[in-house]
Amino acid sequence: MSTPLSLDTDRLRLTLDDTGVATAWLDAPSASVNKISQATLDGFSELIDTVEAHDDVRGLVLISDKPNSFVVGADLDMLSSFEMPAEARAVSRQAHRLVSRLQHLALPTVAAIHGACAGGGLELTLGCDYRIATTADTTTLSLPEVKLGLLPGGGGTQHLPRLIGVQQALTLILTGKNTYPEKARRLGLVDALIHPPGLHQAAVRAARELADGTRTVDRDGPSFGEQVLESNPLSRRIIYRQAGRRTESRTRGNYPAPPRILDAVRTGMEEGLDAGLDAEMRHFGDLVFTPESNALVQVFFAKQGGEKNPLADQARPVETVGVLGAGLMGAGIAQVTAENGLEAVLKDQTLDLAAQGKRRIWAAAHREKEKGIINRFERDQRVERVVPTGDYDLLHSCDLVIEAVPEDLDLKHQVLSDTEAVIAPDTVFASNTSSLPISEIAAAAEHPERVVGMHYFSPVPDIPLLEVIATDATSEAALATAVDAGLAQGMTVIVVNDGPGFYTTRILALYMNEALHLLDAGADVPTVDTMMKDFGFPMGPFELFDFVGLDVAGKITEVMRDRLPSDRLDISDTAERLADADLLGQKSHEGFYHYTPTAADDEPERGDFNEAIYDVVAPANGSTPSADTVQNRLALMMVNEAVRCLDEGVLRSPTDGDLGAVFGLGFPPFRGGPFRYVDQEGAGAIVHRLRDLAERYGDRFRPAESLQACASDNRCFYE
Amino acid sequence: MSSPAPRTAVLVDGCRLPFQRSGTGYEDLMAYDMGRMVLRGLLSRTGLSPERIDRVVMGSVIQDPETSNVARESALGAGIPHSVPAFTVTMACISSNQAFTSGMDLVRTGLADVVVAGGTETLSDPPIRVARPLRKRLFEARKAKGPADYVELLEGLRPSDLLPESPAIAEFSTGEVMGESADRLAAMFGVSREEQDAYALRSHRRAAEARDAGHLGPELHPATPPPHCEPITTDNVVRDDTSMEKLRSLPPAFVDPYGTVTAGNASALTDGASATLLMAEEVADAEGFAPQAALRDYTYVAQDPGTELLLGPAYAIPQVLDAAGLSLDDIDVVELHEAFAGQVLAVLEALQSDTFAQENLGRGSAVGAIDPDRLNAWGGSLSLGHPFGATGTRLVTTAAHRLHVEDGRWALVAACAAGGQGHALLLERRP
Repeated sequence: MSTPLSLDTDRLRLTLDDTGVATAWLDAPSASVNKISQATLDGFSELIDTVEAHDDVRGLVLISDKPNSFVVGADLDMLSSFEMPAEARAVSRQAHRLVSRLQHLALPTVAAIHGACAGGGLELTLGCDYRIATTADTTTLSLPEVKLGLLPGGGGTQHLPRLIGVQQALTLILTGKNTYPEKARRLGLVDALIHPPGLHQAAVRAARELADGTRTVDRDGPSFGEQVLESNPLSRRIIYRQAGRRTESRTRGNYPAPPRILDAVRTGMEEGLDAGLDAEMRHFGDLVFTPESNALVQVFFAKQGGEKNPLADQARPVETVGVLGAGLMGAGIAQVTAENGLEAVLKDQTLDLAAQGKRRIWAAAHREKEKGIINRFERDQRVERVVPTGDYDLLHSCDLVIEAVPEDLDLKHQVLSDTEAVIAPDTVFASNTSSLPISEIAAAAEHPERVVGMHYFSPVPDIPLLEVIATDATSEAALATAVDAGLAQGMTVIVVNDGPGFYTTRILALYMNEALHLLDAGADVPTVDTMMKDFGFPMGPFELFDFVGLDVAGKITEVMRDRLPSDRLDISDTAERLADADLLGQKSHEGFYHYTPTAADDEPERGDFNEAIYDVVAPANGSTPSADTVQNRLALMMVNEAVRCLDEGVLRSPTDGDLGAVFGLGFPPFRGGPFRYVDQEGAGAIVHRLRDLAERYGDRFRPAESLQACASDNRCFYE
Repeated sequence: MSSPAPRTAVLVDGCRLPFQRSGTGYEDLMAYDMGRMVLRGLLSRTGLSPERIDRVVMGSVIQDPETSNVARESALGAGIPHSVPAFTVTMACISSNQAFTSGMDLVRTGLADVVVAGGTETLSDPPIRVARPLRKRLFEARKAKGPADYVELLEGLRPSDLLPESPAIAEFSTGEVMGESADRLAAMFGVSREEQDAYALRSHRRAAEARDAGHLGPELHPATPPPHCEPITTDNVVRDDTSMEKLRSLPPAFVDPYGTVTAGNASALTDGASATLLMAEEVADAEGFAPQAALRDYTYVAQDPGTELLLGPAYAIPQVLDAAGLSLDDIDVVELHEAFAGQVLAVLEALQSDTFAQENLGRGSAVGAIDPDRLNAWGGSLSLGHPFGATGTRLVTTAAHRLHVEDGRWALVAACAAGGQGHALLLERRP
């Protein structure tokens, strides 16, 4: 029997059972998940007041009443609404007080965790005496603030290292990664595990036993080695320094959060809890107002917004996806299809070739099995969803067929007509091409209305962006189906209109072309790569050439040269010339760099700069422009072309433009994407820089129309 | 004997994995793996939405304790929804015949519209058990508390108890190995070694011809077993290079030295799986599936496993013919399971024998002769292989395909099984 205790807050309900254990049910009204907002914090304060005032409460359990999550983190709308750092600091301070009050309650507190327990949600549980989590796959614990350019502001940088040790805590806070239940128990982050239906009862029993003294908390905590290393300030200094170096090499100083995280943790461990909490609060207030965090939060919102298909009601249900071509790309598409519960028919010229694609998919699933993410049966089930074949026959039952054959228009026409001969009238045909205009491919179709572009990025399982391309003839149903399928495959989907290189390839091609102009003028390859990585790209343009393949890049160049207006473009033929010299990049182990082959299916390891390219292009002449100039020439070339895509109607919104560049091309996420970047820097400043570049390097830098308009009206792309 | 059915069950399609001699292509797979693969193959070739399935039934003989209801695990693995019940039947070599007719019954009685029936078997990985005395102690060891208890458990254990036991293909009730029964049956009906070898040779030749003519391809779903996923596209039991000389040179395998059954005229240990899609005729019509055959009368019979272990078809065939009002002359296609060449020839002899008809079937004269050209024209278990639990649905699938290729109307499927049981089934071509 339990009786309700009345509370004013609508964020949680409080019940008391007849043994004196109270349960706080977190249940934000008319929301699918619980978040930490001002109202939540106030609700908790009231909860603690109430519990303190009730003499017959002997223990307290915190549990979520939402079906699949505990507390998913801070309410980002609240963060966005802050107008000055002091507001952010105040919320942080309030959270600190709350955790402290929880810790100092005279009765045992137990957090019962099922589903996502992230950010402020996890920090709240750190105030409890005991944590129980469910063994469900959906149960994850994390402090993901770093991914949004922030640090945990609710005491996470202080209480986590004290619970699980400095090294483990730093890993969790600096990567923002999920910890799964079994691992959480080993770390001491939770004290016990149970199946979901038994969670509440177990938590109540734990609270009662802790109150009775029949149970004591017995935690594994850090390993012996970790303890030794963390036991004195001197060896802890080594830990901080190593963590600092690791982060620096990953972020190249572009992300302000990691150094602040390190500082907060160090201050707390070396100067005491109060000093640590103060540091955390101060950093939190500052970070909320950095442009980097702002950009990362906006990208997060944009990604979330893209998870819905506006045309969903017109989509035809997709159960089976046909994939033509079982190479790296085709197998990747089949893999994400199967991983997300859809069936795939994987066709190549022969069954043997198709089976090689299945082998890759099995290997990926088997790696997950070895890591304990899925079990043997789940591996088998997933891989069995992929049926390799050498014939078109099996495509007859597909709802959507995606071709991923080599980039050759005649070949694409051939597979399109061969496919149309066997598929049902309402089956959608998608072309996965990175550059050929979809309308040119659709020209061979009996039913051009069902032809759509689905441009995936390699390696598909690692790059969750899909660019869906509509032609003038594409039907709404075909477009809707392609978007639905992409979302079902776990992709972030942007929709663009047809054109040479669509959106992503077009802006990337011009960016890469600019790198070739630098090269042609005698710039040093590794220096340019380093400059662009410093700007925030995950790899330099020449490393990217090697990754994509010089032959592929050459083909793209060809498409762009033929189809984009030549008066404003100056397309270098260097990629083609390098490809002709058999310098193909990673695939031939020789490109701008040397590559050492590694185990099958793994990316080869990059070696030194390859002097052999100087047989094709003039050697570097020590004239590499300054980092600023290089970064502007490359990045603004991309940004300016993105704006042109918007002006020409290739892009339907700046949001799609930002998502595509960030998730598909590695545009620095902390800059938010080309459009967010313009807004942040100011259109006027960008136009000014472009005009300057145009004067020095040619008309290709002439600012796009709406960029000029934004500059003269002092407008932003985002309101 | 089956009674007149309120609904007609039809065979929509059937397929199988290429059969592989045990210890070769599928040696690392469980029966569940092959069951999963063949169900997936059936789904992809028919385009049937798995949600549409009402029941999955599969035959299997050698049970893996990890997957004792192998139909269920195979169905789940193949992506058939968890809401579709699945059960495994076992009836020795006619297990998937029983799976198939169970499916027919569900459809005929209106309990199901769409049933998947099949079978799966690995003989590459028989469950090897430790001897009973050791098993008993291992069981008790779960209660052992300390070293003293373990020492006590070892008392009285003999070294021979540590040897593993692998299952023998012997009758439990008689202790007789099946090859001995076949040897005796051949002798009973006066079937010579020469005739058995000639029949075995014919089986291999026909299988090779059918394969080369492209008849077998359409019923095969290529297997791509992980981790290497190298495609397996053809049966590997058939011996293209066998000859009377080679067959003649083989020693008797079961009755030494005067027996007539050899490794050459007996079916080989085989791994494989097969599956069929059954529907109510009205459902198939309504949903645009083109059935291959309507399923008519079937029967099961059982004899004394000591004397007539493998003679079941001689009893079952006349029953289904009589029920349908047909004679052997009306039958265009016969698919008779070939456990042993001697067993096939003995059954043919029995069917032609007036004495057998009078003494054993209670009829005045012989059932009749089966036209050799209509019998197992695309090879049989001797040449294609015999994964115990998967052979039955292979017979049905091939019978239906042959009806279409050979332009016949009636097909007869019959098989014998350990335990002295037998089965026969009539199919009528559609459309």
